[in-house]
Amino acid sequence: MAYSEKVVDHFNNPRNMGSFKKEEDGVGTGIVGAPECGDVMKLQIKVENETIVDAKFKTFGCGSAIASSSLATEWLKGKTVEEAGRIKNTDIVQELNLPPVKIHCSVLAEDAIKAALADYQKKADPK
Amino acid sequence: MKFPIYLDNHSTTPMDPRVLESMLPYFTEKFGNSASRNHAFGWEAEEGVENARKQIAKLIHADAKEIVFTSGATESNNLALKGVVEMYHEKGDHIITSSTEHRAVLDTAKALEAKRGVKVTYLPVDKFGMVNPEDVRNAITDKTILISIMFANNEIGTVNPIKEIGKIAKEKSILFHCDATQGVGKVPIDVQDMGIDLMSFSAHKIYGPKGVGALYVRKKNPRVRIAAQMDGGGHERGMRSGTLPVPLIVGFGKACELGEQEMAADGARLSVMRDRLHTTITNALEEVYLNGHPTQRLPHNLNISFAYVEGESLLMGCKEIALSSGSACTSATLEPSYVLRALGVGAELAHSSIRFGLGRFTLDEEVDYAGKRIIEVVTKLREMSPLYEMAKEGIDLKSVQWAAH
Repeated sequence: MAYSEKVVDHFNNPRNMGSFKKEEDGVGTGIVGAPECGDVMKLQIKVENETIVDAKFKTFGCGSAIASSSLATEWLKGKTVEEAGRIKNTDIVQELNLPPVKIHCSVLAEDAIKAALADYQKKADPK
Repeated sequence: MKFPIYLDNHSTTPMDPRVLESMLPYFTEKFGNSASRNHAFGWEAEEGVENARKQIAKLIHADAKEIVFTSGATESNNLALKGVVEMYHEKGDHIITSSTEHRAVLDTAKALEAKRGVKVTYLPVDKFGMVNPEDVRNAITDKTILISIMFANNEIGTVNPIKEIGKIAKEKSILFHCDATQGVGKVPIDVQDMGIDLMSFSAHKIYGPKGVGALYVRKKNPRVRIAAQMDGGGHERGMRSGTLPVPLIVGFGKACELGEQEMAADGARLSVMRDRLHTTITNALEEVYLNGHPTQRLPHNLNISFAYVEGESLLMGCKEIALSSGSACTSATLEPSYVLRALGVGAELAHSSIRFGLGRFTLDEEVDYAGKRIIEVVTKLREMSPLYEMAKEGIDLKSVQWAAH
Protein backbone atom coordinates (compact mmCIF):
# COMPACT_ATOMS: atom_id res chain seq x y z
CA MET A 1 0.00 0.00 0.00
CA ALA A 2 1.36 3.39 -0.91
CA TYR A 3 1.17 6.19 1.62
CA SER A 4 -0.06 9.67 0.77
CA GLU A 5 2.57 12.38 0.52
CA LYS A 6 1.22 14.06 3.63
CA VAL A 7 1.48 10.88 5.70
CA VAL A 8 5.07 10.40 4.54
CA ASP A 9 5.88 14.03 5.34
CA HIS A 10 4.49 13.82 8.88
CA PHE A 11 6.22 10.47 9.39
CA ASN A 12 9.61 11.76 8.23
CA ASN A 13 9.25 15.18 9.89
CA PRO A 14 7.01 14.68 12.88
CA ARG A 15 5.69 17.96 14.30
CA ASN A 16 5.76 18.53 18.02
CA MET A 17 7.14 15.15 18.99
CA GLY A 18 7.93 14.97 22.69
CA SER A 19 6.44 15.25 26.16
CA PHE A 20 5.41 17.75 28.81
CA LYS A 21 5.58 16.92 32.48
CA LYS A 22 2.14 15.53 33.30
CA GLU A 23 1.98 17.38 36.62
CA GLU A 24 2.70 20.76 35.06
CA ASP A 25 -0.07 23.38 35.40
CA GLY A 26 -2.36 23.62 32.41
CA VAL A 27 -1.15 20.36 30.90
CA GLY A 28 -3.70 17.78 29.81
CA THR A 29 -2.54 14.27 28.87
CA GLY A 30 -4.45 11.69 26.86
CA ILE A 31 -3.15 8.16 26.35
CA VAL A 32 -5.28 5.92 24.15
CA GLY A 33 -4.91 2.57 22.41
CA ALA A 34 -3.18 -0.59 23.60
CA PRO A 35 0.13 -2.26 22.79
CA GLU A 36 -1.62 -5.55 21.89
CA CYS A 37 -3.61 -3.70 19.24
CA GLY A 38 -0.44 -2.28 17.73
CA ASP A 39 -1.06 1.38 18.49
CA VAL A 40 -0.77 3.67 21.50
CA MET A 41 -0.98 7.44 21.26
CA LYS A 42 0.01 9.94 23.90
CA LEU A 43 -1.22 13.45 23.19
CA GLN A 44 -0.59 16.41 25.46
CA ILE A 45 -1.88 19.97 25.43
CA LYS A 46 -0.68 23.00 27.35
CA VAL A 47 -3.48 25.48 28.03
CA GLU A 48 -3.30 29.13 29.06
CA ASN A 49 -6.51 31.18 29.40
CA GLU A 50 -8.58 28.47 27.70
CA THR A 51 -6.27 28.56 24.65
CA ILE A 52 -3.98 25.70 23.68
CA VAL A 53 -0.55 27.30 23.47
CA ASP A 54 1.41 24.13 22.82
CA ALA A 55 0.86 20.44 22.05
CA LYS A 56 3.06 17.36 21.94
CA PHE A 57 2.69 13.72 20.99
CA LYS A 58 4.38 10.36 21.17
CA THR A 59 2.97 7.44 19.19
CA PHE A 60 3.63 3.71 18.96
CA GLY A 61 1.93 2.61 15.77
CA CYS A 62 2.00 2.52 12.01
CA GLY A 63 2.96 5.47 9.83
CA SER A 64 -0.64 6.63 9.55
CA ALA A 65 -1.06 6.62 13.33
CA ILE A 66 2.10 8.68 13.73
CA ALA A 67 0.97 11.10 11.01
CA SER A 68 -2.54 11.42 12.52
CA SER A 69 -1.19 12.38 15.93
CA SER A 70 1.46 14.70 14.47
CA LEU A 71 -1.24 16.48 12.46
CA ALA A 72 -3.49 16.68 15.53
CA THR A 73 -0.82 18.58 17.50
CA GLU A 74 -0.43 21.03 14.62
CA TRP A 75 -4.16 21.67 14.54
CA LEU A 76 -4.50 21.96 18.31
CA LYS A 77 -2.03 24.79 18.71
CA GLY A 78 -3.79 28.14 18.86
CA LYS A 79 -7.26 26.65 19.24
CA THR A 80 -9.43 27.28 22.28
CA VAL A 81 -10.34 24.26 24.36
CA GLU A 82 -13.85 24.48 23.00
CA GLU A 83 -12.68 24.61 19.36
CA ALA A 84 -10.32 21.70 19.94
CA GLY A 85 -13.26 19.55 21.04
CA ARG A 86 -14.78 19.96 17.61
CA ILE A 87 -11.90 18.31 15.68
CA LYS A 88 -13.33 15.24 13.99
CA ASN A 89 -11.55 12.11 12.83
CA THR A 90 -13.05 12.65 9.38
CA ASP A 91 -11.12 15.92 9.12
CA ILE A 92 -7.91 13.98 9.70
CA VAL A 93 -8.89 11.30 7.17
CA GLN A 94 -9.49 13.98 4.58
CA GLU A 95 -6.33 15.97 5.28
CA LEU A 96 -4.05 12.91 5.24
CA ASN A 97 -5.95 11.07 2.52
CA LEU A 98 -6.15 7.92 4.68
CA PRO A 99 -7.40 4.70 3.05
CA PRO A 100 -10.33 2.82 4.70
CA VAL A 101 -8.02 0.37 6.55
CA LYS A 102 -6.33 3.32 8.27
CA ILE A 103 -9.45 5.15 9.45
CA HIS A 104 -8.99 3.67 12.93
CA CYS A 105 -5.76 5.72 13.20
CA SER A 106 -7.77 8.93 12.82
CA VAL A 107 -10.35 7.68 15.33
CA LEU A 108 -7.56 7.06 17.78
CA ALA A 109 -6.25 10.59 17.26
CA GLU A 110 -9.70 12.05 17.92
CA ASP A 111 -9.95 9.90 21.06
CA ALA A 112 -6.53 11.15 22.16
CA ILE A 113 -7.60 14.79 21.72
CA LYS A 114 -10.77 14.15 23.75
CA ALA A 115 -8.81 12.35 26.46
CA ALA A 116 -6.26 15.18 26.72
CA LEU A 117 -9.03 17.78 26.95
CA ALA A 118 -10.86 15.76 29.59
CA ASP A 119 -7.66 15.39 31.61
CA TYR A 120 -7.01 19.15 31.39
CA GLN A 121 -10.54 19.95 32.52
CA LYS A 122 -10.38 17.47 35.38
CA LYS A 123 -7.16 19.08 36.60
CA ALA A 124 -8.50 22.65 36.15
CA ASP A 125 -11.77 21.90 37.87
CA PRO A 126 -11.19 19.09 40.37
CA LYS A 127 -14.67 18.51 41.77
CA MET B 1 24.92 -0.50 -4.11
CA LYS B 2 21.58 -0.55 -5.92
CA PHE B 3 18.35 0.54 -4.25
CA PRO B 4 15.90 -0.70 -3.15
CA ILE B 5 17.64 -3.61 -1.44
CA TYR B 6 15.77 -6.91 -1.55
CA LEU B 7 15.75 -8.80 1.75
CA ASP B 8 12.41 -10.58 1.38
CA ASN B 9 13.58 -13.84 -0.13
CA HIS B 10 11.07 -15.98 1.80
CA SER B 11 8.36 -14.23 -0.12
CA THR B 12 9.88 -14.83 -3.52
CA THR B 13 13.31 -14.82 -5.13
CA PRO B 14 14.66 -13.18 -8.26
CA MET B 15 15.24 -15.61 -11.10
CA ASP B 16 18.77 -16.78 -11.57
CA PRO B 17 19.94 -15.59 -15.03
CA ARG B 18 21.05 -19.17 -15.75
CA VAL B 19 17.48 -20.31 -15.16
CA LEU B 20 16.09 -17.72 -17.51
CA GLU B 21 18.59 -18.73 -20.18
CA SER B 22 17.51 -22.36 -19.95
CA MET B 23 13.87 -21.37 -20.40
CA LEU B 24 14.11 -19.03 -23.38
CA PRO B 25 14.20 -21.58 -26.23
CA TYR B 26 11.02 -23.16 -24.88
CA PHE B 27 9.00 -20.00 -25.43
CA THR B 28 9.82 -19.71 -29.12
CA GLU B 29 11.49 -22.44 -31.18
CA LYS B 30 10.72 -25.33 -28.82
CA PHE B 31 7.14 -24.26 -28.17
CA GLY B 32 5.51 -27.67 -28.57
CA ASN B 33 2.94 -29.29 -26.32
CA SER B 34 4.71 -31.98 -24.35
CA ALA B 35 1.60 -34.15 -24.69
CA SER B 36 1.79 -34.15 -28.50
CA ARG B 37 3.02 -37.66 -29.15
CA ASN B 38 3.18 -37.63 -32.92
CA HIS B 39 5.59 -34.92 -33.98
CA ALA B 40 9.00 -33.48 -33.29
CA PHE B 41 7.64 -30.35 -31.59
CA GLY B 42 5.95 -32.47 -28.95
CA TRP B 43 8.98 -34.71 -28.55
CA GLU B 44 11.42 -31.91 -27.86
CA ALA B 45 9.03 -30.29 -25.38
CA GLU B 46 8.58 -33.64 -23.68
CA GLU B 47 12.34 -34.08 -23.52
CA GLY B 48 12.64 -30.70 -21.79
CA VAL B 49 9.97 -31.69 -19.27
CA GLU B 50 11.43 -35.12 -18.57
CA ASN B 51 14.91 -33.70 -18.10
CA ALA B 52 13.52 -31.18 -15.61
CA ARG B 53 11.65 -33.94 -13.81
CA LYS B 54 14.95 -35.75 -13.33
CA GLN B 55 16.73 -32.61 -12.09
CA ILE B 56 13.94 -31.93 -9.59
CA ALA B 57 13.75 -35.54 -8.41
CA LYS B 58 17.50 -35.69 -7.92
CA LEU B 59 17.50 -32.71 -5.59
CA ILE B 60 15.08 -34.44 -3.19
CA HIS B 61 16.32 -38.00 -3.74
CA ALA B 62 13.15 -39.14 -5.48
CA ASP B 63 12.40 -40.90 -8.73
CA ALA B 64 11.45 -38.71 -11.70
CA LYS B 65 8.12 -40.54 -12.00
CA GLU B 66 7.19 -39.35 -8.51
CA ILE B 67 7.09 -35.67 -9.49
CA VAL B 68 3.67 -34.20 -10.31
CA PHE B 69 3.75 -30.68 -11.72
CA THR B 70 1.33 -28.09 -10.40
CA SER B 71 0.95 -24.31 -10.53
CA GLY B 72 2.80 -23.84 -7.24
CA ALA B 73 3.04 -24.94 -3.63
CA THR B 74 -0.47 -23.73 -2.77
CA GLU B 75 -1.92 -26.05 -5.37
CA SER B 76 0.40 -28.87 -4.29
CA ASN B 77 -0.78 -28.52 -0.69
CA ASN B 78 -4.41 -28.50 -1.81
CA LEU B 79 -3.86 -31.52 -4.01
CA ALA B 80 -2.07 -33.45 -1.26
CA LEU B 81 -4.65 -32.85 1.46
CA LYS B 82 -7.81 -32.98 -0.62
CA GLY B 83 -6.46 -35.77 -2.82
CA VAL B 84 -5.61 -38.00 0.15
CA VAL B 85 -8.88 -37.30 1.98
CA GLU B 86 -10.90 -38.15 -1.11
CA MET B 87 -8.89 -41.27 -1.89
CA TYR B 88 -8.69 -42.69 1.63
CA HIS B 89 -11.98 -41.52 3.17
CA GLU B 90 -13.05 -45.10 3.77
CA LYS B 91 -9.97 -45.67 5.92
CA GLY B 92 -10.52 -42.69 8.18
CA ASP B 93 -11.35 -39.05 8.52
CA HIS B 94 -8.63 -37.60 10.72
CA ILE B 95 -5.70 -35.36 9.77
CA ILE B 96 -2.88 -34.12 11.98
CA THR B 97 -1.18 -30.82 11.20
CA SER B 98 0.36 -27.94 13.14
CA SER B 99 -0.76 -24.46 14.08
CA THR B 100 2.09 -22.69 12.30
CA GLU B 101 1.60 -24.22 8.86
CA HIS B 102 1.26 -21.95 5.86
CA ARG B 103 -2.26 -20.76 5.11
CA ALA B 104 -2.33 -23.02 2.06
CA VAL B 105 -2.36 -26.01 4.44
CA LEU B 106 -4.41 -24.48 7.26
CA ASP B 107 -7.13 -23.12 5.03
CA THR B 108 -7.29 -26.37 3.07
CA ALA B 109 -7.64 -28.29 6.35
CA LYS B 110 -10.40 -25.90 7.45
CA ALA B 111 -12.20 -26.34 4.14
CA LEU B 112 -12.02 -30.12 4.57
CA GLU B 113 -13.46 -29.79 8.09
CA ALA B 114 -16.33 -27.64 6.86
CA LYS B 115 -17.14 -29.38 3.60
CA ARG B 116 -16.22 -33.01 4.18
CA GLY B 117 -16.56 -33.39 7.94
CA VAL B 118 -12.86 -34.22 8.31
CA LYS B 119 -11.49 -33.96 11.84
CA VAL B 120 -8.26 -32.00 12.11
CA THR B 121 -5.80 -31.84 15.00
CA TYR B 122 -3.75 -28.64 14.98
CA LEU B 123 -0.69 -29.44 17.06
CA PRO B 124 0.84 -26.66 19.13
CA VAL B 125 4.52 -25.75 18.72
CA ASP B 126 7.13 -24.99 21.38
CA LYS B 127 8.45 -21.48 22.05
CA PHE B 128 10.88 -21.86 19.16
CA GLY B 129 8.12 -22.85 16.76
CA MET B 130 9.00 -26.52 16.63
CA VAL B 131 6.58 -29.46 16.49
CA ASN B 132 7.28 -32.18 19.05
CA PRO B 133 7.27 -35.61 17.34
CA GLU B 134 5.79 -37.14 20.49
CA ASP B 135 2.79 -34.82 20.13
CA VAL B 136 2.35 -36.23 16.63
CA ARG B 137 2.46 -39.78 18.00
CA ASN B 138 -0.04 -38.99 20.74
CA ALA B 139 -2.48 -37.35 18.33
CA ILE B 140 -2.70 -40.43 16.11
CA THR B 141 -6.00 -42.35 16.24
CA ASP B 142 -7.20 -45.37 14.28
CA LYS B 143 -8.96 -42.89 12.00
CA THR B 144 -5.84 -40.89 11.12
CA ILE B 145 -5.10 -40.94 7.39
CA LEU B 146 -2.61 -38.10 7.01
CA ILE B 147 0.05 -36.18 8.91
CA SER B 148 0.97 -32.83 7.33
CA ILE B 149 3.87 -30.95 8.90
CA MET B 150 5.91 -28.22 7.25
CA PHE B 151 9.64 -28.62 6.73
CA ALA B 152 10.58 -25.07 7.71
CA ASN B 153 8.44 -22.15 8.68
CA ASN B 154 8.14 -19.26 6.25
CA GLU B 155 8.17 -16.55 8.93
CA ILE B 156 10.62 -17.72 11.55
CA GLY B 157 12.64 -20.28 9.60
CA THR B 158 12.41 -22.96 12.29
CA VAL B 159 13.14 -26.41 10.83
CA ASN B 160 10.97 -29.23 12.17
CA PRO B 161 12.29 -32.69 13.18
CA ILE B 162 10.97 -34.15 9.93
CA LYS B 163 12.89 -37.41 10.04
CA GLU B 164 11.50 -38.27 13.49
CA ILE B 165 7.96 -37.45 12.38
CA GLY B 166 8.48 -39.50 9.22
CA LYS B 167 9.57 -42.44 11.33
CA ILE B 168 6.45 -42.26 13.49
CA ALA B 169 4.24 -42.00 10.40
CA LYS B 170 5.90 -45.09 8.93
CA GLU B 171 5.57 -47.05 12.18
CA LYS B 172 1.85 -46.32 12.25
CA SER B 173 1.40 -46.71 8.47
CA ILE B 174 0.02 -43.21 8.09
CA LEU B 175 0.81 -41.03 5.08
CA PHE B 176 3.16 -38.13 5.75
CA HIS B 177 2.88 -34.93 3.73
CA CYS B 178 5.49 -32.21 4.13
CA ASP B 179 5.15 -28.65 2.87
CA ALA B 180 8.81 -28.05 2.06
CA THR B 181 8.37 -24.83 0.11
CA GLN B 182 10.89 -22.97 2.26
CA GLY B 183 13.34 -25.84 2.62
CA VAL B 184 13.85 -27.33 -0.84
CA GLY B 185 17.00 -26.03 -2.49
CA LYS B 186 18.08 -24.32 0.75
CA VAL B 187 18.88 -27.26 2.99
CA PRO B 188 19.39 -30.96 2.12
CA ILE B 189 16.12 -32.88 1.84
CA ASP B 190 15.96 -36.61 1.23
CA VAL B 191 12.44 -38.00 0.96
CA GLN B 192 13.74 -41.55 1.43
CA ASP B 193 15.77 -40.89 4.52
CA MET B 194 13.12 -38.60 6.01
CA GLY B 195 10.18 -40.91 5.33
CA ILE B 196 8.19 -38.33 3.39
CA ASP B 197 5.31 -39.69 1.28
CA LEU B 198 4.07 -36.45 -0.25
CA MET B 199 5.93 -33.17 -0.51
CA SER B 200 4.97 -29.72 -1.81
CA PHE B 201 7.40 -27.14 -3.16
CA SER B 202 7.67 -24.45 -5.80
CA ALA B 203 10.13 -22.92 -8.23
CA HIS B 204 9.93 -19.23 -7.40
CA LYS B 205 11.36 -19.68 -3.89
CA ILE B 206 14.53 -21.17 -5.34
CA TYR B 207 15.42 -18.63 -8.04
CA GLY B 208 13.08 -20.21 -10.57
CA PRO B 209 9.97 -18.85 -12.30
CA LYS B 210 6.62 -18.08 -10.65
CA GLY B 211 3.65 -20.22 -11.64
CA VAL B 212 5.08 -23.71 -11.32
CA GLY B 213 5.47 -26.10 -8.43
CA ALA B 214 5.50 -29.80 -7.72
CA LEU B 215 3.98 -32.42 -5.52
CA TYR B 216 6.21 -35.37 -4.82
CA VAL B 217 4.00 -38.48 -4.62
CA ARG B 218 5.72 -41.65 -3.38
CA LYS B 219 5.46 -44.57 -5.79
CA LYS B 220 6.52 -47.45 -3.62
CA ASN B 221 6.67 -48.40 0.08
CA PRO B 222 3.90 -47.38 0.11
CA ARG B 223 2.43 -46.52 -3.28
CA VAL B 224 0.53 -43.34 -2.52
CA ARG B 225 -2.66 -42.63 -4.43
CA ILE B 226 -4.40 -39.29 -4.55
CA ALA B 227 -7.68 -38.27 -6.17
CA ALA B 228 -7.20 -35.65 -8.87
CA GLN B 229 -8.63 -32.23 -8.10
CA MET B 230 -8.34 -31.07 -11.70
CA ASP B 231 -10.00 -33.23 -14.33
CA GLY B 232 -9.17 -33.19 -18.00
CA GLY B 233 -6.63 -34.73 -20.31
CA GLY B 234 -5.15 -37.06 -17.70
CA HIS B 235 -1.72 -35.45 -17.57
CA GLU B 236 0.73 -36.25 -14.77
CA ARG B 237 -0.44 -39.87 -14.51
CA GLY B 238 -4.00 -38.67 -14.06
CA MET B 239 -3.23 -36.74 -10.90
CA ARG B 240 -3.21 -33.25 -12.39
CA SER B 241 -4.66 -32.53 -15.79
CA GLY B 242 -3.69 -29.50 -17.82
CA THR B 243 -1.14 -28.75 -20.53
CA LEU B 244 2.26 -28.52 -18.91
CA PRO B 245 3.88 -25.06 -18.84
CA VAL B 246 7.03 -26.36 -20.51
CA PRO B 247 9.24 -23.22 -20.20
CA LEU B 248 8.40 -22.89 -16.51
CA ILE B 249 9.10 -26.56 -15.87
CA VAL B 250 12.43 -26.37 -17.69
CA GLY B 251 13.33 -23.38 -15.50
CA PHE B 252 12.17 -25.21 -12.38
CA GLY B 253 14.47 -28.10 -13.30
CA LYS B 254 17.43 -25.80 -13.86
CA ALA B 255 16.73 -24.02 -10.55
CA CYS B 256 16.81 -27.38 -8.76
CA GLU B 257 20.03 -28.40 -10.46
CA LEU B 258 21.66 -25.12 -9.41
CA GLY B 259 20.17 -25.51 -5.95
CA GLU B 260 21.81 -28.88 -5.58
CA GLN B 261 25.18 -27.53 -6.71
CA GLU B 262 25.15 -24.30 -4.73
CA MET B 263 23.08 -25.07 -1.65
CA ALA B 264 26.02 -25.75 0.62
CA ALA B 265 28.01 -22.68 -0.41
CA ASP B 266 24.92 -20.40 -0.39
CA GLY B 267 23.87 -21.67 3.03
CA ALA B 268 27.32 -21.22 4.55
CA ARG B 269 27.71 -17.70 3.17
CA LEU B 270 24.20 -16.56 4.10
CA SER B 271 24.27 -17.92 7.64
CA VAL B 272 27.49 -15.97 8.33
CA MET B 273 25.90 -12.81 6.92
CA ARG B 274 22.68 -13.44 8.83
CA ASP B 275 24.53 -13.95 12.11
CA ARG B 276 26.58 -10.80 11.58
CA LEU B 277 23.40 -8.81 10.97
CA HIS B 278 21.86 -10.21 14.13
CA THR B 279 24.96 -9.43 16.22
CA THR B 280 25.26 -5.90 14.83
CA ILE B 281 21.65 -5.18 15.75
CA THR B 282 21.74 -6.73 19.22
CA ASN B 283 25.03 -5.00 20.04
CA ALA B 284 23.54 -1.60 19.23
CA LEU B 285 19.99 -1.97 20.55
CA GLU B 286 18.49 -3.22 23.79
CA GLU B 287 15.34 -5.33 23.98
CA VAL B 288 15.64 -7.08 20.66
CA TYR B 289 14.14 -10.57 20.68
CA LEU B 290 14.87 -13.42 18.29
CA ASN B 291 11.77 -15.23 17.02
CA GLY B 292 12.26 -18.86 16.08
CA HIS B 293 14.84 -21.48 16.91
CA PRO B 294 18.37 -20.28 17.73
CA THR B 295 20.06 -23.12 15.82
CA GLN B 296 17.50 -25.33 14.05
CA ARG B 297 16.62 -22.78 11.42
CA LEU B 298 17.04 -21.89 7.79
CA PRO B 299 20.45 -20.33 7.10
CA HIS B 300 19.04 -17.24 5.40
CA ASN B 301 16.29 -16.35 7.89
CA LEU B 302 16.31 -13.81 10.69
CA ASN B 303 13.11 -12.80 12.48
CA ILE B 304 13.39 -10.35 15.36
CA SER B 305 11.08 -8.19 17.42
CA PHE B 306 12.05 -4.67 18.44
CA ALA B 307 10.18 -3.85 21.65
CA TYR B 308 8.24 -0.54 21.70
CA VAL B 309 8.38 -0.08 17.93
CA GLU B 310 5.54 -1.04 15.60
CA GLY B 311 6.62 -3.10 12.59
CA GLU B 312 4.89 -1.24 9.82
CA SER B 313 6.32 2.09 10.92
CA LEU B 314 9.75 0.45 10.98
CA LEU B 315 9.30 -0.76 7.40
CA MET B 316 8.12 2.71 6.42
CA GLY B 317 11.20 4.23 8.02
CA CYS B 318 13.52 2.16 5.86
CA LYS B 319 11.53 1.72 2.73
CA GLU B 320 14.66 1.53 0.59
CA ILE B 321 14.93 -2.01 2.01
CA ALA B 322 12.33 -4.67 1.14
CA LEU B 323 11.45 -6.53 4.34
CA SER B 324 8.37 -8.03 5.88
CA SER B 325 6.70 -7.71 9.29
CA GLY B 326 4.34 -9.74 11.44
CA SER B 327 2.51 -6.55 12.35
CA ALA B 328 -1.24 -6.53 11.87
CA CYS B 329 -0.94 -3.38 9.84
CA THR B 330 0.92 -5.23 7.11
CA SER B 331 -1.64 -8.03 6.84
CA ALA B 332 -5.08 -8.09 5.30
CA THR B 333 -6.65 -9.44 8.48
CA LEU B 334 -5.55 -6.73 10.94
CA GLU B 335 -4.36 -9.51 13.27
CA PRO B 336 -0.68 -9.86 14.11
CA SER B 337 1.17 -12.94 12.88
CA TYR B 338 -0.56 -16.18 13.95
CA VAL B 339 2.81 -17.91 13.73
CA LEU B 340 4.39 -15.67 16.34
CA ARG B 341 1.25 -15.90 18.49
CA ALA B 342 1.50 -19.72 18.35
CA LEU B 343 5.04 -19.47 19.78
CA GLY B 344 3.61 -17.57 22.72
CA VAL B 345 5.06 -14.24 21.55
CA GLY B 346 2.89 -11.45 23.01
CA ALA B 347 0.73 -9.48 20.58
CA GLU B 348 2.75 -6.33 21.23
CA LEU B 349 6.00 -8.06 20.24
CA ALA B 350 4.32 -9.72 17.27
CA HIS B 351 3.40 -6.23 16.05
CA SER B 352 7.08 -5.33 16.42
CA SER B 353 8.57 -8.16 14.37
CA ILE B 354 10.65 -7.89 11.22
CA ARG B 355 11.62 -10.76 8.95
CA PHE B 356 14.88 -10.61 7.03
CA GLY B 357 15.17 -13.10 4.17
CA LEU B 358 18.61 -13.25 2.58
CA GLY B 359 19.20 -14.86 -0.78
CA ARG B 360 21.72 -16.06 -3.33
CA PHE B 361 22.14 -12.55 -4.72
CA THR B 362 22.35 -10.71 -1.39
CA LEU B 363 25.60 -8.80 -0.98
CA ASP B 364 27.59 -8.22 2.20
CA GLU B 365 27.31 -4.45 1.81
CA GLU B 366 23.53 -4.69 1.47
CA VAL B 367 23.21 -6.57 4.73
CA ASP B 368 25.55 -4.14 6.47
CA TYR B 369 23.56 -1.20 5.16
CA ALA B 370 20.31 -2.82 6.33
CA GLY B 371 21.71 -3.35 9.82
CA LYS B 372 22.84 0.26 10.06
CA ARG B 373 19.50 1.63 8.85
CA ILE B 374 17.43 -0.62 11.12
CA ILE B 375 19.40 0.60 14.11
CA GLU B 376 18.86 4.25 13.09
CA VAL B 377 15.15 3.86 12.48
CA VAL B 378 14.47 1.83 15.63
CA THR B 379 16.32 4.45 17.67
CA LYS B 380 14.28 7.24 16.09
CA LEU B 381 10.97 5.43 16.53
CA ARG B 382 11.73 4.56 20.15
CA GLU B 383 12.28 8.26 20.80
CA MET B 384 8.80 8.70 19.38
CA SER B 385 7.27 5.80 21.32
CA PRO B 386 5.22 6.48 24.45
CA LEU B 387 5.79 2.85 25.45
CA TYR B 388 9.57 3.26 25.39
CA GLU B 389 9.22 6.41 27.46
CA MET B 390 7.05 4.63 30.01
CA ALA B 391 9.41 1.67 30.19
CA LYS B 392 12.33 4.05 30.74
CA GLU B 393 10.38 5.65 33.60
CA GLY B 394 10.17 2.22 35.16
CA ILE B 395 6.49 1.65 34.47
CA ASP B 396 5.56 -1.99 33.96
CA LEU B 397 3.59 -1.87 30.72
CA LYS B 398 1.76 -5.06 31.66
CA SER B 399 0.31 -3.37 34.76
CA VAL B 400 -1.18 -0.48 32.78
CA GLN B 401 -4.94 -0.50 32.20
CA TRP B 402 -5.06 0.10 28.46
CA ALA B 403 -8.21 1.39 26.84
CA ALA B 404 -8.39 -1.35 24.22
CA HIS B 405 -10.16 -0.41 21.05
